[in-house]
Amino acid sequence: MNITLKIWRQRNRETEGRFETYEMKDVSPDMSFLEMLDVLNINLIKKGQDPVAFDHDCREGICGSCGMMINGRAHGPGRGAATCELRMRKFQDGDVVTVEPWRAAAFPVIKDLVVDRSAFDRIMQAGGYVSAKTGGVPDGNAILIPKPIADEAMDAASCIGCGACVAACPNSSAMLFVAAKVSQFALLPQGQPERKTRALRMVEQMDKEGFGNCSNNYACEAECPKKISVMHIARLNREFIKAKVF
Amino acid sequence: MKLDAKIPDGPIEQKWSNHRFHLKLVNPANKRKYTIIVVGTGLAGASASASLAELGYNVLAFSYHESPRRAHSIAAQGGINAPKNYSNDGDSIRRLFYDTVKGGDYRSREANVYRLAEVSGSIIDQCVAQGVPFARDYAGYLDNRSFGGAQVARTFYARGQTGQQLLLGAYSALCRQMDMGKVRFFPRREMIDLVVVDGQARGIVARNMVNGILESYTADAVVLATGGYGNVFFLSTNAKASNATAVWRAHKKGALFANPCFTQIHPTCIPQSGQYQSKLTLMSESLRNDGRIWVPKKKGDTRRPEDIPENERDYYLERLYPSFGNLVPRDVASRRAKEMCDQGYGVGPTKLAVYLDFSDAIKRLGRQVIEERYGNLFDMYHEITAEDPYKTPMRIYPAVHYTMGGLWVDYNLMSTIPGLYVIGEANFSDHGANRLGASALMQGLADGYFILPYTIGDYLASHSFKPVKTDHAEFKKAEQETEKSIKKLMAIDGKKTVDEFHRELGAIMWDHVGMARNRRGLKKALEMIPALREEFWKNVRVTGSDLDLNVELEKAGRVADFLELGELLARDALHREESCGGHFREEHQTPEGEAKRNDAKFSYVAAWEYQGPKRTATLNKEPLKFEVVKPSQRSYK
Repeated sequence: MNITLKIWRQRNRETEGRFETYEMKDVSPDMSFLEMLDVLNINLIKKGQDPVAFDHDCREGICGSCGMMINGRAHGPGRGAATCELRMRKFQDGDVVTVEPWRAAAFPVIKDLVVDRSAFDRIMQAGGYVSAKTGGVPDGNAILIPKPIADEAMDAASCIGCGACVAACPNSSAMLFVAAKVSQFALLPQGQPERKTRALRMVEQMDKEGFGNCSNNYACEAECPKKISVMHIARLNREFIKAKVF
Repeated sequence: MKLDAKIPDGPIEQKWSNHRFHLKLVNPANKRKYTIIVVGTGLAGASASASLAELGYNVLAFSYHESPRRAHSIAAQGGINAPKNYSNDGDSIRRLFYDTVKGGDYRSREANVYRLAEVSGSIIDQCVAQGVPFARDYAGYLDNRSFGGAQVARTFYARGQTGQQLLLGAYSALCRQMDMGKVRFFPRREMIDLVVVDGQARGIVARNMVNGILESYTADAVVLATGGYGNVFFLSTNAKASNATAVWRAHKKGALFANPCFTQIHPTCIPQSGQYQSKLTLMSESLRNDGRIWVPKKKGDTRRPEDIPENERDYYLERLYPSFGNLVPRDVASRRAKEMCDQGYGVGPTKLAVYLDFSDAIKRLGRQVIEERYGNLFDMYHEITAEDPYKTPMRIYPAVHYTMGGLWVDYNLMSTIPGLYVIGEANFSDHGANRLGASALMQGLADGYFILPYTIGDYLASHSFKPVKTDHAEFKKAEQETEKSIKKLMAIDGKKTVDEFHRELGAIMWDHVGMARNRRGLKKALEMIPALREEFWKNVRVTGSDLDLNVELEKAGRVADFLELGELLARDALHREESCGGHFREEHQTPEGEAKRNDAKFSYVAAWEYQGPKRTATLNKEPLKFEVVKPSQRSYK
């Protein structure tokens, strides 16, 4: 099939960006979206032009590197999959496909579709951990964790830190990302000693980075490649209020 | 060169504890006076960085990723081994040690493997303490499953995302140290060269991948935790950016490269679908717990799998290996799959696939149990192939997955360059000629949490360090050479893209240095690779500017190194006139087609020494002694 791509090109943070149009011929439906971009890049290099820069690595939906707005949706059409898992069979012959980087003040563009997500790392540094030093910990079975609790913690922990929640949110909120971590540790016995400071510090850092607040839009859950539930945001709110008030 | 593995004396059970007692210590107040560079922040690098910083050392951690959480350790699916014997099925440190030595086809170092088995229990405890949500049963206890090459259930897991959860655990420990200012993390930096001053590793030169500027960093010791070199095959289950540049440049600075031909082909990957294919996707080995592997008994059978009756299917692994069945080690499962396809029993559009069937398990356990165990893997398979594995069997085929070879290290994990340590997949030490499933996570974390933090202290305490600054002649020389090589790549302005060269190299490697190797093919590869390398340096095209984010330039540097490493890999495979584990030489097999070792001649580690650009690397041997496990023909029947 043939596809028309409109891709955001921007040399670096300082220069202004613009859309460029590229015609892709004979695209196979079994191709991944990123493999189609690989082919585009080979064509561009052959013509002596600069290939489109985009972050990607594992190409199996777990490293969280890739991420682009495809026709206005984070990670493109479909649910529960990262951009790298998207196959061209989701598109029709003759489609015009618009590709943009994540748009959020806290995620400045580095080049083309590559954005700077280091704000997420800084939020993690503000308490997204259990302070367990290497060595001197009890046996793994010393503290029992009922299966439903372990499962729910795992649901939250499956976040890949891609930033789709922020990109999908009209308010560029990182609440789902922060909630996933706060919720995981609030559920587990290991997270209890630092429960309050963790919620306070991570939210404080989130605000400092320039992310917006949750406006109950739920676009984050809809576009999350790991289908993380907004229920975790409810838990984050509860954790935050409890830490603040009590 | 005389290789001294520094294996401690004494009975195997006491080697590590005796050795730890004899290691020199750095006084707690003095630790902050030392700086350690850690390159790579996957499982091994992140766990090492965090643990070293907790001890009080200053750590400079480097990654070519934007964040440690992107490292390819994250993609490990199935689990991590530990002989906790929670399943009460007779597991012990000794049994894990035995399984690993046997699984590695008697080409690993006994003392290292024993230590690995010994510390692996602590890894589980450590991860639980960090809040890693391992799978549990309804009473709240940790759950286990089985993996290939073992007859006990000792694999701990977090759904099909164990690597992700363990990496995020190590990353969180690292974040804590970054928060406390003990670790400085340098994202989007690629190590380009190792700097050796007066015979000691004293720093690195890294390229800032956002603005292209070359940066030098000094330290008292350097740790490489940069993963394996499976991408020399182009198509592999490795992430796209996984590369061998750091270890290869260290090799050129004097670190010996051990057993490069020991590469692992994983039996259960999604088959290739077209020429544009950019990488292959693994389906976890854990699937072999419940999935049954089969091919039609009739050659070239084109019926749909569900239309082929039970008595016309060949469950060949169960037939050939009744005691291990579908859970034979990876090398065996891969070779048998290739053999079936070579003989014409392959399935799917390319005929390069076998079935992995869950219908029996779904009947026995119900769909919900299977969904809980493997849901994310089934989704991933469905997403890629548009087929529903709950209804029709998966099609799988072997793919390059892991490299057991790597930089040579002694018992302390130090390379042949004093002060240069190598941990995780980047070193060679623990898996011999074949790694068992769920052992990579174990080794990465063992090295990072529980081995390196002790051994590196001994080196620091027993050496003196002259102050070195980045204006030292060795740093300047390394920067200039790097700059020259970058300018050269940019100036060629040829006709072929980096990826085209990489694909060509991959095809040579897969065809002649892949799952089955023979003398003729290897000799051919040794002619083709240097010719391709020569063409690369005349005809590659790298667009854009070197003072910008330039992905093509990054790839070009890595492929240039793969073009050298690939040759060494083929040379090593040619010299090893035996079959063992993942290294299968067609000339050396038993009548049943199993790997036939030659212990009299090849019971050694082949450690290659770099001799310069136009000269052949020379071979050094570290003899392997088996004092506890007596080498025998591996049998999984």
